[in-house]
Amino acid sequence: MQRPSSRSLAQAAPLVVAVAVFALLPRLVDEASLPRLVEVGIFFIAIIGLNILTGYSGQISLGHGAFMGIGAYTTAVLATRYDVPDAWTIPVAGALAGLVGFLFGFPALRLHGVYLALATFGLAVAFVSLVQSTKLEGLTGGGGGLQVGLPQTPYYLTWGIALGAFLLGWLLLRGKLGRALRAIRDAPVAAVSSGINLAAYKTLAFGLAAAYAGVAGSLLALLIGFVNPYSFPVSLSITLLVGTALGGFGSLSGSIFGALFVVYAPLYAEDISKEAPAVMYGLILLGLLFLLPGGATQLGPRLASLLSLLKVRTKRLYSRPS
Amino acid sequence: MALLELRQVEARYGPITALRDVSLAVEEGEIVAILGANGAGKTTTLRAISGTVRRSGQVLFASRRIDRCSPEAIARLGIAHVPEGREIYAELTVWENILVGAAWRRDRRQATEDCRRVLDYFPRLAERRRQQAGTLSGGEQQMLALARALVARPRLLLLDEPSLGLAPAVVSRFYATVRELNREQGLTVLVVEQNAAVALQASRRAYVIEVGRVVLEGPSHELRLNEQVRASYLGY
Amino acid sequence: MDWSELAQQTIAGLANGGVYATLALALVLIHRATGVINFAQGEMGMFATYIAWSLIFTHGLTYWLAFFLTLLIAFLGGVGIYGVVIRPLQRGGQLTVVVATIALLVLLDGLAGWIWSPEVRAFTSPFPNDLVIVGGVVVSWQDLGTIGVSLACVALVLAFFRLTRMGLHMRAAALRPGTSRLLGIHVDLMLATGWGLAAALAAVAGMMAAPILPLEPSFMLTVLVYAFAAAVLGGIDSPVGAVVGSYALGVGISLLSTYVDFITDAPELELPVALGVLLLVLVVRPAGLFGRPVTRRV
Repeated sequence: MQRPSSRSLAQAAPLVVAVAVFALLPRLVDEASLPRLVEVGIFFIAIIGLNILTGYSGQISLGHGAFMGIGAYTTAVLATRYDVPDAWTIPVAGALAGLVGFLFGFPALRLHGVYLALATFGLAVAFVSLVQSTKLEGLTGGGGGLQVGLPQTPYYLTWGIALGAFLLGWLLLRGKLGRALRAIRDAPVAAVSSGINLAAYKTLAFGLAAAYAGVAGSLLALLIGFVNPYSFPVSLSITLLVGTALGGFGSLSGSIFGALFVVYAPLYAEDISKEAPAVMYGLILLGLLFLLPGGATQLGPRLASLLSLLKVRTKRLYSRPS
Repeated sequence: MALLELRQVEARYGPITALRDVSLAVEEGEIVAILGANGAGKTTTLRAISGTVRRSGQVLFASRRIDRCSPEAIARLGIAHVPEGREIYAELTVWENILVGAAWRRDRRQATEDCRRVLDYFPRLAERRRQQAGTLSGGEQQMLALARALVARPRLLLLDEPSLGLAPAVVSRFYATVRELNREQGLTVLVVEQNAAVALQASRRAYVIEVGRVVLEGPSHELRLNEQVRASYLGY
Repeated sequence: MDWSELAQQTIAGLANGGVYATLALALVLIHRATGVINFAQGEMGMFATYIAWSLIFTHGLTYWLAFFLTLLIAFLGGVGIYGVVIRPLQRGGQLTVVVATIALLVLLDGLAGWIWSPEVRAFTSPFPNDLVIVGGVVVSWQDLGTIGVSLACVALVLAFFRLTRMGLHMRAAALRPGTSRLLGIHVDLMLATGWGLAAALAAVAGMMAAPILPLEPSFMLTVLVYAFAAAVLGGIDSPVGAVVGSYALGVGISLLSTYVDFITDAPELELPVALGVLLLVLVVRPAGLFGRPVTRRV
């Protein structure tokens, strides 16, 4: 885990390099691959949000795709029915998704573990059914969805927001909120007895994560130019969780690796095997889990231990810690 | 030839070395105690014997090297380890807990018979055989853990801090049972204790472990009079 | 109210509930043994169903021969998945295992589409296609057969855990793996058997669902959602609870979609409404209907 308390120049250096790389990338790559990079930015934002929830407060959410959907539909409805300029719909999308997340958090956070997983999973399933329901067709366009406009490539907008989202997450987590969330994750009973309002912080984290997803969804709607129920399937929620896991739970900067994976791995999978891309995707995912069970942040320590393993061949371990 | 022998055993948890150099022996039919402070390596010594920690050096049981065997293989050779905190199956009934103790025995009929007979030995458990084990008191749970170990018909019983969290009267009843088993059935026992007074009374010989090393050994009645032991462990 | 329609819908609900029950029981077995929800459980059943389809339609086996052969193959497959994927990854923690089951879901889904093509297949039912009138109520053999098979499987598995030595050892291994090894139990073998049994149960669920739902690579996903919901409703660690929860959910949904007009004219709302009701139940009883009262002050 990062120690956000000490902020030295050395720690800021990777961030500066990353910002520089992403600022220059559009000049280095051809135009056709830009939308992919925007997608990476979008997933980066959503995964940071999920990381604040799952990585720092230890709660699993299998329903984050639904909050992305809420954000995307907010943008679509505002842009098509009320002629709100695109960029202005983004904060509204974030706020609305955040509000829904906050309200959903109230009852859901009485649950823990698998129960919360089911509740959020149910949310993801219900979202798809709700937006395509004939009862809401007037607002959501039913199964046909809504046309937002021509597809755009909001590269700098997306990555600007991503940088802001990262810094905001970092600032929040190094402060009171982060301390409270870590305390809740590691020792809930002690956290409560030392005066942390558990429900309030958990709900806050849930709302915050939902708002991040809402912003990401809004950007996704601008990128693809339309929204329909099938853009936000249950598998999107699962993809987000996979990205968070691969980036490393509790690592904000690791989220970038998670985002890169969820965007590019399916493409590579298709390159490797045209007939069975899903098989390749599953295999790549499993392979990464075997190599880096704690996510991308383990890459460094993992390499080091591999090297030391080469030097000393250790004996087989019979025991598991009990 | 000793029933159990440890020769320069080392054990580590990841990067932390818990045992540096432990050599000890337990003869057939003995009760031997291991004393030491918190974190001295007492529990780790037992775990090194039963195979639940990574270890090097030699562990011999009945003249056979067992330091490369898995815990289940060691259990099947006749070493029953009653771990610290009793570790009974709270969700299973008392009777089921005892049956699990005889898990690996092939002679099923005889094993079930032993399970019945062990209940005669512990009437409190017999009364509660259909109850969930989690509802038992601490002392009863310790008795259950002992009963569960006995139905495996072990040649060597390893007890880890059996007195922990129990009232003095319950502790002495527990040790009375252990001594009775030792006297009547020739059960060999290696017991780890922080409660040195109790352990020295129950055992014939004892070892003192400090920071992963054996620093002192001898007959229990002599150790009880030893200055160092009295100052550090007996508190008078 | 028309009583024979009520009875008819109840029986149809029990048939669906039976499918959920077999899969929910599989989820509970895995949750007790490994501490995670196996998101690939439905897809394991789907894959097994495709194997049964091949045995029947490509190799010309009779239904029941294919059925039992599939159970055997599914069992071995479950054992293999535990040994190759789950056991090595358990050191990475529970979230890693959860993500691994998600990877398996994707993998099996892709494999099935690759081997058998993603198009819809017709699967046979071992039960006659006619209706029978029992006490004035029209019931299909299909529903009765599904109820019978699921009840038999569930009863068999529960009896195995309650009454046999091996069942006891499996329960012990799941509750306290470390201690169980000290007692000489081959914990890995027990957990692998648990995964095998769960895979076989999922295969039953798949083969019972396939004649009703069209067989295609993702046909078990909705069944998984309902089974997951039913298992949680009953208490995720309680096998009996999961079974009762499944039947309750099956009947509940069947009645809901018949008698609540709101859902009758918008069937796509069936699932959200069912889940919404379920969430309300969970808020009132956070450990499920049959869950053990967990002392937890937070």
